[in-house]
Amino acid sequence: MGLTLPVYLDNAATTRVDPRVVEAMLPCFTEIYGNPGSRNHSFGWDAEAAVNAARAQAAQLIGAQPKEIIFTSGATEGNNLALKGAAEMYAKKPAGETSRGHIITAQHEHKAVLDPAKRLQKMGFDVTFLEPPADGVITAEAVKGAMREDTILVSIMWANNEIGSINEVPKIGAVCHDRNVIFHTDATQWVGKMPTDVNRDNIDLLTWSGHKIYGPKGVGAMYLRRRKPRVRVVAQIEGGGQERGYRSQTLNVPGVVGFGKACELCSLEMDSERDRLLALRTKLEKSLSASIDHVQVNGHAEKRLPNIMNMSFGFVEGEGLMMAIKDVAVSSGSACTSASLEPSYVLKSLGVGDDLAHSSLRISLGRFTTEAEIDFAIEKITWAVHHLRTLSPLWDMHNEGIDINSINWQSH
Amino acid sequence: MAYSKQLIKHYEKPNNVGNFGTTAEVKERADIGVGVVGAPECGDVMQLQIKVDQSTGKIEDAKFKCFGCGSAIASSSVATEWIKGKTLDEAMEIKNTDIVEELALPPVKIHCSVLAEDSIKAAIKDYQKKNT
Repeated sequence: MGLTLPVYLDNAATTRVDPRVVEAMLPCFTEIYGNPGSRNHSFGWDAEAAVNAARAQAAQLIGAQPKEIIFTSGATEGNNLALKGAAEMYAKKPAGETSRGHIITAQHEHKAVLDPAKRLQKMGFDVTFLEPPADGVITAEAVKGAMREDTILVSIMWANNEIGSINEVPKIGAVCHDRNVIFHTDATQWVGKMPTDVNRDNIDLLTWSGHKIYGPKGVGAMYLRRRKPRVRVVAQIEGGGQERGYRSQTLNVPGVVGFGKACELCSLEMDSERDRLLALRTKLEKSLSASIDHVQVNGHAEKRLPNIMNMSFGFVEGEGLMMAIKDVAVSSGSACTSASLEPSYVLKSLGVGDDLAHSSLRISLGRFTTEAEIDFAIEKITWAVHHLRTLSPLWDMHNEGIDINSINWQSH
Repeated sequence: MAYSKQLIKHYEKPNNVGNFGTTAEVKERADIGVGVVGAPECGDVMQLQIKVDQSTGKIEDAKFKCFGCGSAIASSSVATEWIKGKTLDEAMEIKNTDIVEELALPPVKIHCSVLAEDSIKAAIKDYQKKNT
């Protein structure tokens, strides 16, 4: 089978839209172009029918009712709505006061959760940012231990976007429900890849995005539990009262229809896809570990999404490594391009040293990844690491028996 | 962010990669100056070694090793190329901005050129310290 270069192995960043999704979306630009809010003509009715079908597809993927789905512009907006909207709804004291309620989240959450949580701190809420253990897995015990009398909301992502580690979501949900605390999970990396049932898994609010599941960018959804208990949030975008008042704006009909189709395809293909991706990732991980010494996999060995691998290659800098494997598109925990020179805060929170964080690559597989592409990536990365080590003063020092941590480095 | 042709050339085929011996060996040699700047936790470490012709006082050879991004490796390569054949005083004159210009470094990569300038100065100082 022919190989088309460059190879895309950055599916945790975003995915290629499935051609079947594109096909479903196309009529929404030129035929079904009505406003679903227009109640008095067929253009509006057709658009509404298309949106309702998508709502059912989205609900089915997570075991919810269609009425529990609120379309958003993506997971960032969904997370903002879930955190700020729930905090405002369940606040123990009015705006302007302190001690308005306690919120639990974790240090290695996505910025789309961390930044709203920090905003809520400024607005008078107390927030606990749990420190993850070395394997990155937030346990129900850890959440339970952080609970207070005044805890109103827990927000723990289902699977981490940089390392793929899976938190104890169903158990965390149970801990929350025992105490009548609202439980939100940012499931952006999880939903569509792993089986999800909001009732079985004890979830009140769940957010995800279209573009991580082979759908279009700019569209996502939030699940909002309607029964046992009925959960409510305060709208963050106000206007025409769409989405039952929770999220105003004329619906992005092509996006919503594409999102629905993407959800449906995931429902149908998830099981076989999960096995396929796990086999490919295992091959990748085993081959790299066998052909290169001084590597480590970051995050939990087993409790991890099948499509994400985060590996540190000692004595080699991640960004230089990405440049050396220019026909393979991946990500690195080295943030050499940012002004701060700070490497990944996720890896840092796990206690991975800054040097190994700078040496890390995140490789994420997807629906269109082939075995030939994985073989190519293994060959390229192996070559690049060995090549860059011949350039690395740290590698020389290591081979001369000098402990790199013993050197008094002059940071710049 | 697209890199310049010059940068890619120096990254893919860097000049003067290597050293004049192990850390312990070069420490004993009066004709060699070593500069090591940066830190692993910052994501960049540059090691520059200069070999000085003690009769003429000129840098007759230079070698580098670099742990860092493509811009850091390319900056080191340019630095070694430029200092060869120069006197220590002339080499001290090389500015990071010259490297920025040569490689068309984007603003976020300017620190790589600073590191290259610092490594030249550190290597010269090490040589001078050994020879006072």
